[in-house]
Amino acid sequence: MTQLDADTWWMVLDVGRLVLKHGLCGGQFLHIKCGDGQLLRRPISVARTQWDEPEDTAALIFEIRGEGTRWLSQRKVGDKLDVLGPLGNGFDVAQEGRYLLVGGGIGVPPLMEIGELLKWPRTAVLGFRTKAKAFPAIVSRFEEHCEQTYICTDDGTLGRHGFVDGQVRDILARGNNFTSVLACGPKPMLKNVAKAAAEFGVPCQVSMEERMACGVGACLGCAVRMKDGTMKHVCKDGPVFDAGEVDWDA
Amino acid sequence: MREERFFEPEGTVGCAGNVCKSEQAFSSPEKSDVSCIDQSIELAGVALKNPVAVASGAFGFGREYGQFFDLSELGAICCKGLTLHARQGNPPPRIAETPLGILNSVGLQNPGIDVFIQHELPSLRQHDVAIIANISGNTPEEYGIMCEKLSESGVDLIEVNISCPNVKAGGLAYGTRPELAAEVTKIAKNHATVPVMVKLSPNVTDITEIAQAVADAGADALSLINTLRGMRIDVSTRRPILKMNTGGLSGPAVLPVAVRMVWEVANAVSLPILGMGGVSRGEDAAQLMLAGASAVAVGTALFTDPYAPLKVRDGLAEIAAQQGLSSVRALTGGVRPW
Repeated sequence: MTQLDADTWWMVLDVGRLVLKHGLCGGQFLHIKCGDGQLLRRPISVARTQWDEPEDTAALIFEIRGEGTRWLSQRKVGDKLDVLGPLGNGFDVAQEGRYLLVGGGIGVPPLMEIGELLKWPRTAVLGFRTKAKAFPAIVSRFEEHCEQTYICTDDGTLGRHGFVDGQVRDILARGNNFTSVLACGPKPMLKNVAKAAAEFGVPCQVSMEERMACGVGACLGCAVRMKDGTMKHVCKDGPVFDAGEVDWDA
Repeated sequence: MREERFFEPEGTVGCAGNVCKSEQAFSSPEKSDVSCIDQSIELAGVALKNPVAVASGAFGFGREYGQFFDLSELGAICCKGLTLHARQGNPPPRIAETPLGILNSVGLQNPGIDVFIQHELPSLRQHDVAIIANISGNTPEEYGIMCEKLSESGVDLIEVNISCPNVKAGGLAYGTRPELAAEVTKIAKNHATVPVMVKLSPNVTDITEIAQAVADAGADALSLINTLRGMRIDVSTRRPILKMNTGGLSGPAVLPVAVRMVWEVANAVSLPILGMGGVSRGEDAAQLMLAGASAVAVGTALFTDPYAPLKVRDGLAEIAAQQGLSSVRALTGGVRPW
């Protein structure tokens, strides 16, 4: 357990053979029971997996949003968690593709594995509310592995002043033949990034959030409306969707 | 590619490069011998190998939780609510957690009855478990059409939902007015060749009034309770969490309401009852059975623990064993009120 600031934690979980045997990868999520006081599990995105001996590990970087995540932040080394997973589908990427990674806030960590493991050059645009939220422990991982890493802050205290979609537009305008934009962050950000990608004709995948119950596709709680009027579900069909399929005006 | 899913009961918290582990401490309490307990029951003439079903809406059509355990372990499966035509359901957010409960406003999202019969029922039928189809209609006629289709399809029982609180047309209206509940029950009975169970709403002043009307109209069984209407508001934004503003409350918070209503209905009518509402342990199920239920259904507890129905089943058998009963069904109606 590493505390990044008052609300943000970096937890490394021993997960048996979840990575090697069951294919757990960054961008998927684990559905974690957060104490007896919380009825529903909390879906936490996986930032980075390792397949070290003696056990595989999964790094989870999460913010305290309520009682469940507060409970999770209070776990000690050696505690055991009740975990359901691997769940959901991560980004659909090929080793040999040029990707523009776009993360916002706590949506940055789920891009970490792709940022580090792909073969071809990646470009990363990372947005934060303010400099204090642009944790060096996270940002440096992108700076180390990506060809270029751009930082944006809402208040201009670090990097470019403004939202990520402005930076994304500038990058796409220069052209770089990106295979796809991969975005994770709050819904308004995803909407704007999807719009920018569409303007330049670049495919875009977005990782979405919704209030979730079962986590496995049974209860149909975590619905996202598609352009064709149908509903898909974050837990089973997502969390990553083709931005072109999502109804952004719903 | 989605890989096989499984339940990983332990993950150890660690720090990178410095992972510590504690001894695993899962000890099971001393268990009574349940092997000699007869768990079989009968619900409206349908034989169930045990009294634990899964509740409609919590279990889809069995595909998801079928990855965790063999569906044949269950007494029955109440399938996700069906309508004559496909429905996309309500806009999100559809889920809000509340103290020991959840509110939902899924809104009967389903692929329609024909898709169910063609694409879902055949795979469900491969398991040795009673299949209960749950239906909602916009008009009494729709209930009739669906009952005919389902009877031909070979489901074991039809659960008529007259109480879903999320659908403006029909739904709650049928469940809260005795004469309409009776009308829907009659039409369902006229068109069904399999037993008809009517699911009652708790959102009424006197549930026995509806139960009596439905019983007089010829229902073969009753299931209760559906969810209680509720609301949760985000104080900072002053917006309800649910996009539909209100939704149906389920989970442990509603168990006492379910026990009370099952008890009242069991005293008022002689039909078999499938009791549900907040069941997550054997003891919860035993309460509903003592109150008068012949069987119970587990719903929301699945979201906490996918194995909850099996734990409820085993816990129930253990309670029967501890009380020196030879069968679980001997619990039904055994409450000793003051």
